Amino acid sequence: MTNEPTTAAPPTSAVKAPVLEARGVTKHFSGVTALRSVDFAVQPGESLALMGENGAGKSTLIKVLTGVYQPDGGELLLGGAVAKFARPLDAQRAGVSTIYQEVNLIPLMSVAQNIFLGREPRNRLGLIDFTKMVADARALLDVYGIDVDVRKPLRSLALGIQQMVALARSVSINARIVIMDEPTSSLEAREVETLFSVVSLLREQGIAIVYVSHRMDEIYRVAERVVVLRDGAVVHVGELAGLSRVELVSLMLGRSVDKVKGSGSTAFSANNASTAPPVLVAEDLSRRHQIDGVALHIRPGEVVGLGGLLGSGRSETLKAIAGVMQLDRGQVTVDGKAVRSGSVPAAIRAGIVMLPEDRKVEGIVPNLSVRDNIVLAALPRLSRAGFSSRKNQDAVVDVFMKRLHIKASSPDQIVSELSGGNQQKVMIARWLAMSPKVLLMDEPTRGIDVGAKAEVQALIDELAREGLAIVLVSSEVEEVVEGSARVIVLREGSIETELLGDDVDAKHLLAALAGVDE
Amino acid sequence: MNAQTISMARPRRGALLGMLQNYGVYLAIAVLLLYNLFFTPNFFNIENFRTQFVQVVPVLVVALGMALVIGTEGIDLSVGGVMALAAAVMPLYIGYGLFPVVVIAIVVGAVVGVINGSMVAFIGVQPIVATLSLMVAGRGVALLIAHEQMVSIMDPNILAVGRGSVAGVPYSVIIAVLAVLLVAVLVNRTTFGKQLIAIGGSRRAAELSGLPVKRILLIVYILCAALAAIAGIVGTARLGASVPSTLGNLIELSAITAVVVGGTPLTGGQVKVIGTVAGALLLQFISATLNQHNVPDAYSQITQAVIILFAVYIQRGRLAVR
Repeated sequence: MTNEPTTAAPPTSAVKAPVLEARGVTKHFSGVTALRSVDFAVQPGESLALMGENGAGKSTLIKVLTGVYQPDGGELLLGGAVAKFARPLDAQRAGVSTIYQEVNLIPLMSVAQNIFLGREPRNRLGLIDFTKMVADARALLDVYGIDVDVRKPLRSLALGIQQMVALARSVSINARIVIMDEPTSSLEAREVETLFSVVSLLREQGIAIVYVSHRMDEIYRVAERVVVLRDGAVVHVGELAGLSRVELVSLMLGRSVDKVKGSGSTAFSANNASTAPPVLVAEDLSRRHQIDGVALHIRPGEVVGLGGLLGSGRSETLKAIAGVMQLDRGQVTVDGKAVRSGSVPAAIRAGIVMLPEDRKVEGIVPNLSVRDNIVLAALPRLSRAGFSSRKNQDAVVDVFMKRLHIKASSPDQIVSELSGGNQQKVMIARWLAMSPKVLLMDEPTRGIDVGAKAEVQALIDELAREGLAIVLVSSEVEEVVEGSARVIVLREGSIETELLGDDVDAKHLLAALAGVDE
Repeated sequence: MNAQTISMARPRRGALLGMLQNYGVYLAIAVLLLYNLFFTPNFFNIENFRTQFVQVVPVLVVALGMALVIGTEGIDLSVGGVMALAAAVMPLYIGYGLFPVVVIAIVVGAVVGVINGSMVAFIGVQPIVATLSLMVAGRGVALLIAHEQMVSIMDPNILAVGRGSVAGVPYSVIIAVLAVLLVAVLVNRTTFGKQLIAIGGSRRAAELSGLPVKRILLIVYILCAALAAIAGIVGTARLGASVPSTLGNLIELSAITAVVVGGTPLTGGQVKVIGTVAGALLLQFISATLNQHNVPDAYSQITQAVIILFAVYIQRGRLAVR
C-alpha cells in the first residue's frame, strides 16, 4: 500500500446521485481476498476508467457489478437505492450492460434477431413481426452510423461491427451504464475509432461508461476519471487530467516514483551481464493483435528482463520463442540454427524451455508424483528403447531435489500436495533436467512465499553464472530491475525501449512502461 | 485470481473413501465369492470358473483398451462397432487360414482407431462425439459387408481360438492374460505409458513440456480399437459364427463400467490395469450369480447400472478429496 492521498470525487459530480455505486464491497474465494472493502461510484454520463494489473481485482469487481458474483460484504446501490443482483439478468434489467472482448451473441442469427433477442416485436397473431424487427434494427444502428445489412448472420460481420451490434443491443435495452471490458483488444484501428464515436454518442444520451483496458492511449482518450485497483483494494480515485502516465503506472504497480526501495529487497546479487555472442536471436516476432516485430538477442550467462504492463505482449513474446504460439512472421535461432516456429518439441530440442505463467494449469500435472513431474520432459532421454528406467529417473530426481531444496516427503509424494514454492521448484527442475541453453521465465515468483521467492531469485543468479541465458518476465519492478542486466520494455506488442547499464532502475522502468520519454 | 498461496495439506478425512476408491472392487469380489461359496451350489468348481473366465474375455480385452483411452481423459464408444467390423471381415478371408484372418480383422479395427484418434488428436473433436459416430458407422459398415447375414464359421483353427484349450487353460483366456500383461507393461514400464497418463492429468502441461501429445492420442485410440478387434475375433470364434448385427452390442458400457469400478477415474491421469481386470471380473461374477439364482437378465442390467452409479459417486469423492 502506498500512502497516496485518495482524492475525493470531483465536486461537479457530487451533485448528482451516482448511477451505480459499490460500498465496501468485499469478495473472498476459498480464503483468498479478491476485493477488500471496495468503494466505487459511477456518475451518470461520465466515462470512468478502471485500471489495475493482473490480479488486482478488476474482473472480480466487474462480475460483482454485473451480478455474476454476489459480494460477501458491502452493498450495491443503483441510482441511490440498494440493489441486489442475484444473477446477470437482474443487472441487465436494471440497466447495467457489459461488453466483453468476445461478443456473446448468437453468431448464426441475423443482426436484427440478435438485437431483439428475447423481446422480438410481435404481430397480431403473436408471431414475430420480421418486417418491423428489421426496420427497427436498421433505425437503431443508423443512429450510431453503423451501415450493415441487418438480415445477415452476425458472424458474417467483422468483429468490430459485431461489438457495435452488441453495444446497440444493450443500449436499446435501456442501459444506463455500459461496462466495457477490454473492448478493443481484437479490433482494427478503424474499428476502434467507430467504437469511440459510439461511446461519445452514448455519453451524450447520459449513459455512463466504465472502461477497462490496458491501453494507456485509449484510457486517456476515452476516460475522464480513473479508479485504480491493486491487490483487491482501491488505491486511487481521481481525475485523469493532471495524472501523468508514470504516476498512473506506479499506482497500478504500487511503486511510487520517488519511493522506490533501494537495492537489497530481492535475493539477486550478481550483475548478470555478459559479452559472449548471443545464444538466442529472435527477429521480427509478430502475431496479429498480440505482438508486432519483437526482436531479442540474449547472451549466455545473461539475465534479460522483459518489462511491460498486462497486455503488452510480454507473455506472448515468451510463448512465441518457446514455440507455444504460432507466429505470423518472425524467426528464432539458437546458436545460429533456425528453430521451427510454433513447435514446442522443436524449441526444446534447440535448448529453449519456458516456465509458464500459470503454474497450476500449464505447469504441473497435479495428480502425478514429484518424480513424474520432474522427469516429464526428460523421460525419453532417461529411457532405453521406450522402457522407462527408474534408476535413471531417480538419479536425476535426486540431484535436483537436493540442489533446489525441494521439500517433499519423498519423490513419490503427489505434487499438488506441495506448497506453491516447491511446485515452482519442481517445474524448474523439470527444465534443468533438459540441460537447456535458454530459460524463459514468466512470473517465476508469483504466488509463492517469501522464503521460496528468495531461493528462486538466488537460483536465477546461479544459473546465469553457470552460463544459462535467461529471459525474465515479472510484474514486480524490483525483481526485473535487480535481477536483470538489461531490460527490454514492451508496450502494445512492440519494443518500446531497452534499458541498459545504469538506466536499469525503477524510475526508468516505470517511465518506459508508461510510454513516456524522459 | 492469482497471487495466492493455497495450503496444499491434504485433508485426512477422505481416508476411508480413498480405500474404497482403490480397493472397493476387490472387496466387492470377495464379498460376492463368499456369498456364492455358501449360497450357490456348484459355483466353486473348476468347470464353472473356466466358464466365467472364458465369458469375461471380450469385455476384459475391450476394457483394457478403454482404460488407456480413459486415462487420457477420453472415451471410446466405437468398440462394439469395431467388434462387429472384425466379425464381418472374418468370413471373407477365411480361406487364407487363421493367421491372415486375425491380422486382417485387427488391421480393419485399427483403421477405425486411426479415424477416432485423428478426429480427437488433430481435429479436436470431443472423444465422445468422434467415437459415437464410429459406433454407429462401424456397425453399419459391418452389416453392409455381411449383407446383414449371419455366417457360420467352420475353420477348425479359428473355432479353436474360442473353444480350444491347452493344459486345461482356454486359448481365449491365454489371449486375455497376454493382453493384460501387454497393457500393464505399457502403462507402468514405458515412456509411452507415463506420457499418456500425463496427458490425461493435464493436457496443457504435457503440451508445454514438449510431449508428442497428438501422436500419443492417436496411438491410444488405435490400441483401443485393435484390442476391440481382438475381442471381436475371440467372440466370433466362440460363437462359431460371424454375427455383426449383435456382437459387442452395448459392450462399451460394460467396458467403461469395468474401468471405472476398477478405480480409473473418468477425469483421466490414471490407469489401473489390475483394477480394470477386477472390474470386469466383478461384472461377470454378478451376472453369473444372478443367473445361477434364476434372476432374469434384466435385473442383471439394473444391477450393473447401480454399480456404475456407485462407482462414479465414489470417483466424484476422489475429486473432492483432492
